[in-house]
Amino acid sequence: MTAPTLDLLRQRLGSAAGDATFAGGTFVLVIDPAALPGVVTQLKTEFGFDLLLDVTAVDWPGQAPRFEVVYHFYSTSHFGRARIKTRVPEAGPVVDSLTSLYGSAHFMERECHEMYGIDFRGNKDLRPILLYEGFVGHPLRKDYPKTQEQPLVPYRTEGA
Amino acid sequence: MDPKTIPIRAANARTPAFEYFSTKKDELVGWARKFSLFPYPFVTACCAMEFMAVSSSPYDTDRFGAALPRFSPRQSDLLMVVGTITHKQAPVLLRVYEQMCEPKWVMAFGACATSGGFYQNYAAVAGIDKIIPVDIYVPGCPPRPETVIDAIMKLQDRIARSHHPIITDTF
Repeated sequence: MTAPTLDLLRQRLGSAAGDATFAGGTFVLVIDPAALPGVVTQLKTEFGFDLLLDVTAVDWPGQAPRFEVVYHFYSTSHFGRARIKTRVPEAGPVVDSLTSLYGSAHFMERECHEMYGIDFRGNKDLRPILLYEGFVGHPLRKDYPKTQEQPLVPYRTEGA
Repeated sequence: MDPKTIPIRAANARTPAFEYFSTKKDELVGWARKFSLFPYPFVTACCAMEFMAVSSSPYDTDRFGAALPRFSPRQSDLLMVVGTITHKQAPVLLRVYEQMCEPKWVMAFGACATSGGFYQNYAAVAGIDKIIPVDIYVPGCPPRPETVIDAIMKLQDRIARSHHPIITDTF
């Protein structure tokens, strides 16, 4: 597998490649959520990005669409890195799950789901992974109050 | 007599010294208890490194009779909470505490166990005393070994001076 170049990526991915740049040793593709499964499949099969490193999100309060879901990929053959960013709105923060392509997506999508409230369509198991059952809200969203606690154990009262 | 020679008494010889001594029951029990603290290390975070340092040879909490960690709460009487406690973990800590038999003491080891430290968010409990009663707090992030030893000695002091409920009219 040869290392992809920016031109090659643009040429093969076509318009789906969106705004493709090369920054800090990483290919950065800003794409439409609908194009995500196709682009990732191509990245995996044609360009050798066989390792999904991270799924996370960025909350941009006041912007529309509000959330940016960020994926990081790595290639164990040509050691290149790629980042995919896609924006989803607050009203329906839904992207397609990558669990059919990468097994590591299972846990990372669960974490992203509980922390940012992104729904991964196709991931059957979006239970909390770091948080606990019954936690209300998404703590890494900017509008989650910094000091809001949801204790599982009732606090002791003074002097008890 | 050779000054280096130590006189050895005959086995059955009765000497007036140490035939009996007088004390208070509370002091006797306290003296016994303060040198037999069996800690249960509830170790969750980076303070663990400092806990290992203070319990191993260079600082050696064994000198205070508080060295032998019991990894069962039922066999221990000093709960050392070493590190950050999260809300998810709080039920576990409470359960461990409730399994310990009386008498029991709790040490909050480090800034996080004491007050939550620099964590003020959705995840961390701002001090374990919101969940279980704490007898002694050890400040520091992490605490220096001297601080921990000081805390153990202060706790021993308190045990030695306190009233022990096992002492009744018949004991």
